[in-house]
Amino acid sequence: MNTKSKRIRDILLSIVLAAVFCCILAYFQYDTKTSHSYALSILTRSAVYAVVAVSMNLLNGFTGLFSLGQAGFMAIGAYTTAILTIPVAARPNVYYLNGIAPWLENLHLPMIPAMLLGGLFSAAIAALIGIPVLRLKSDYLAIATLGFAEIVRALLAAPMMDTITNGSFGLNNVPGYANIFQPMAIAAVCILLMVLLINSSYGRAFKAIREDDVAAEAMGINLFRHKELAFVISSFFTGVGGGMLAVFMQSIDTKTFSVSMTYNILLMIVLGGIGSVTGSIIGAFLINGSQEWLRFLDVETTINGVQVPLLRPGLRMVVYSILLMIVVLFWRRGIMGTSEFTWDGLFGLFTRKNKKKKTGGDKS
Amino acid sequence: MSEAANREHVLEVEHVTMQFGGVVAVNDLSLHVDKGEIVALIGPNGAGKTTAFNVITGVYAQTNGRVSFCGETLTENHPTGKALASYLGEDAGKFSQTILKTPDAITKKGIARTFQNIRLFKSLSVFDNVLIGFHMRSKANVFSAVFHLNGAEEKANREKTLELLKMVGLDDVKDEVASSLPYGKQRRLEIARALATDPKFLLLDEPAAGMNPQETIELASFIREIKEKFGLTVLVIEHHMDLVMEISDRIYVLDFGKLIAQGTPDEIQNNNRVIEAYLGVQEDE
Repeated sequence: MNTKSKRIRDILLSIVLAAVFCCILAYFQYDTKTSHSYALSILTRSAVYAVVAVSMNLLNGFTGLFSLGQAGFMAIGAYTTAILTIPVAARPNVYYLNGIAPWLENLHLPMIPAMLLGGLFSAAIAALIGIPVLRLKSDYLAIATLGFAEIVRALLAAPMMDTITNGSFGLNNVPGYANIFQPMAIAAVCILLMVLLINSSYGRAFKAIREDDVAAEAMGINLFRHKELAFVISSFFTGVGGGMLAVFMQSIDTKTFSVSMTYNILLMIVLGGIGSVTGSIIGAFLINGSQEWLRFLDVETTINGVQVPLLRPGLRMVVYSILLMIVVLFWRRGIMGTSEFTWDGLFGLFTRKNKKKKTGGDKS
Repeated sequence: MSEAANREHVLEVEHVTMQFGGVVAVNDLSLHVDKGEIVALIGPNGAGKTTAFNVITGVYAQTNGRVSFCGETLTENHPTGKALASYLGEDAGKFSQTILKTPDAITKKGIARTFQNIRLFKSLSVFDNVLIGFHMRSKANVFSAVFHLNGAEEKANREKTLELLKMVGLDDVKDEVASSLPYGKQRRLEIARALATDPKFLLLDEPAAGMNPQETIELASFIREIKEKFGLTVLVIEHHMDLVMEISDRIYVLDFGKLIAQGTPDEIQNNNRVIEAYLGVQEDE
């Protein structure tokens, strides 16, 4: 098969896959005989985490900056979105204890502009934080960004912020998504933009910095400018992802955005493959899905009057951890490594003829 | 050499001293390279050749001295305070400014380099390695790059990349991962990548290291070829004396950070100090 017909085949297959996926979503959404809210919530949560995982990968996997500030930037995006989208009428109830700041009382935005503003707000703060922090390398950068995320969390819960963030009481009454297509479409657009960035000249410069910063600098790539750019863009999409999470959960408080959230996202990108966009998406869906699908392990079950051994609360996390270890042991570099999903690769998996090593980011 | 005196000094290194703690790696080094020349910098191991390269390309900030390119000062520094108290070099009061351009700014001025221990973008393809070199001169900002509004420029860069790869004879392996190439090809790739930044001046740090005699001969003609084709001026560090004697117009010899001789290949070959410090070793072989 020549490259052109292969390309047409790939496009057709991708359209079919997207159509099938949309049909499944439509079935879950509009089939009223049984309630699919459980499946829908897992899918929405996965889509939210896919955006955040890809944006974390943009920084950690593509630019080689080991940053652990994701939860902080998500919190900024989530709070901005939540504060702006809570209906004006519902606000006295939400802020019943401390009252709301007068300038904020009637400030209301629709969902998408609010998310964008959340993203921009995160990006602006990232730009400020980046100036001192991006001079650090590897572990030191990780610790600095981790500290930053905790500071954000503490600030949001601080009593001085009570009239804006409602302090430790959190925010509720955030209007949710109208249907499953909304979060999916937002996630798709965000991820598409990041893929376009990665495949552009700037994306190549980011990869050059990851590979060898001395050589990248000798190629005329301004290290600070490009690191800052990657940091700001990644934080923008993390902020949008935080906004998506706020709309999904409908009520947020600062405990949600703890360090364990960052580790969870890190787990997704490590599992999917650091340096692979499709890997991060797979990781997000797999981890969010498996945490829920394994729930049957937590329920004590009796079959024909015989109690199934081992099945009791807590077993789920044991099995989940063992599965993770197995994956990490057998796919050292994550499920996708640094390569992207291609139809060729998928067919090669079955025919076992696809032995040729693919290069990172190279799309055939 | 009378016509050389009239030539334009492309690179001028004046009284550069590079001190690391108590070690003076480069001591009061002054050299110049004229337009269109191939100049070699030689010396025994640890003489400070690579340190001199790193000062010229801005990787290290010199303790004292000035480096200028086409009449423009790239870097200039002088010891002050604590550094002055522990300064072991000469000409401490000669320079008064502190100008330190970063390596990327120096590359933008038209100085490209290769590295002694090959520094390719290892897990990227051969093609991408060279294509990255064009990023610096790209006029697109992030938005136009993301939305592929710079299609014409991108296409032109891809064509130029392919041309460069053809010239260095790597077009047949363009989709391979850079680290999978044999050593000699990795060196060629590094040169191609340096050429992608559209340099006027090329610094080659031991381009023949690890090459066999046949490859070394090929490299000599290759360096001459790219010099003519791109109108380059070349400064090269090399240990292969046959290569150095064949390609260079002039030679500088460093020993223990100090310049001990300079001149044409013939002059250097007959210089007693050089033979003592360096070439004498070769007679034993």
